[in-house]
Amino acid sequence: MPLTKRIIPCLDVDHGKVVKGVHFLNLKDAGDPAELAKRYSEEGADELVFLDITASSEKRKILKDVVKRVASEIDIPFTVGGGIRSLSDARTTLCGGADKVSINTAAVEQPSLITKLSESFGRQCVVVAIDAKRRYEEKRGKITVETKEGRCWFEVYTYGGRRPTGLDAIQWAAKVEQLGAGEILLTSMDRDGTEKGFDLELTRSVSENVNIPVIASGGAGCPEHFLEVLSIGKADAALAASIFHYNKYTIQFIKRFLRARGVEVRL
Amino acid sequence: MPKAVIIDYGVGNLYNLKHALSEVGFSPSIGLSKALLKQADVVILPGVGNFSAAIKRLTIVKEYLTDLARNGAPFFGICLGMQLLFRKSEEGNGEGLALLEGGNIRLPCSVKVPHMGWNTVTIVKPTVLFESLEDPFYCYFAHSYYPIPDDRNVICAETTYGVKFASVVAKNNILGTQFHPEKSGDVGLRFLENFSNFIKR
Repeated sequence: MPLTKRIIPCLDVDHGKVVKGVHFLNLKDAGDPAELAKRYSEEGADELVFLDITASSEKRKILKDVVKRVASEIDIPFTVGGGIRSLSDARTTLCGGADKVSINTAAVEQPSLITKLSESFGRQCVVVAIDAKRRYEEKRGKITVETKEGRCWFEVYTYGGRRPTGLDAIQWAAKVEQLGAGEILLTSMDRDGTEKGFDLELTRSVSENVNIPVIASGGAGCPEHFLEVLSIGKADAALAASIFHYNKYTIQFIKRFLRARGVEVRL
Repeated sequence: MPKAVIIDYGVGNLYNLKHALSEVGFSPSIGLSKALLKQADVVILPGVGNFSAAIKRLTIVKEYLTDLARNGAPFFGICLGMQLLFRKSEEGNGEGLALLEGGNIRLPCSVKVPHMGWNTVTIVKPTVLFESLEDPFYCYFAHSYYPIPDDRNVICAETTYGVKFASVVAKNNILGTQFHPEKSGDVGLRFLENFSNFIKR
């Protein structure tokens, strides 16, 4: 039996509360991080991702006590991101109970941080998160992809989706692998919170262009979406937030659906 | 309660491991000093970091550790910790503890590396460590290198990812797992419990 595909619930945390928005905006309260973490761990989540979504834009450190509280509730791998800008921030987060750190804005602003983290903690510890948005206008030097909605390239955004960088997401993904990233957490800003399905073209283009695992994120609304992104989208893992927070589907239900259709998952 | 000393290479998360070990009946502490190691009933080599960096940190207690192992103290290496039980690694320079003969090599290019996620562990040699576990069982992996023991008799379980490799090795008082039992949910906890029962026997 091969390596299984992972289903990963995500806790977007804003000042200690789990929140969820649409297109990174209009945040709504979705519960207590430690309680949700415990529930997901018991329901068969393969990993848990915790993102302090306002740490970077508010230029503050991640909420240490919340991270610790979540870590003590679970016995599955735990990735933490948001506001990690240095080796010492990463060390503090890891010592607080995280198994991996996720960097996004800091990776774009100081790419050498990826290498430093990888050399200190090992590649498997370093997740680079990429928030990408479709751009339908032609631009020199960008990788364009044919989609149902037209030909486009994918632009990388930082600061929780607030700042366009001009970087091409497919090229940036290959670059972060080369710099030492162990995994890519790829979020489609166009699909985030819409429950209309993952951006399959984005996920597939990135996944085919790197040799490290890719976690697809943004747009999960029903079990079929998971099936699509793990097969057509070639993702190694799929991440979702709202459909789990609001009890639309349980993780077990999604996994049974996938296994019945030939996708290897842990049950 | 048996005292478990978790070796601290100065990097990464040892919190879950400590938590899990205390849940299965160990009294765990984290550190690197001889004074601490002197009290150890079990030495745990955790699974975070990089081979060369870890070896460098171990230098001051390396001889002491190998003496402990030769005198029969139980050693349990997890992931990188398992790789450190062997002599060499393609990940970098430095000599491991060489409590088991063999070296570590990189996973093949035919698969995405690191090997990250839940994979099956297939038992090849039944031991008390596998008590009440299904065969195969799912555990969590996060690694780019894997050990090849010179003596194939030490292999207790195997996993396939691009290549078939040893995911559990054991010889006398030395145990190693390439997966992370402390991050493998109920199954991982069961494995640790079996280990704890084995120690207490």
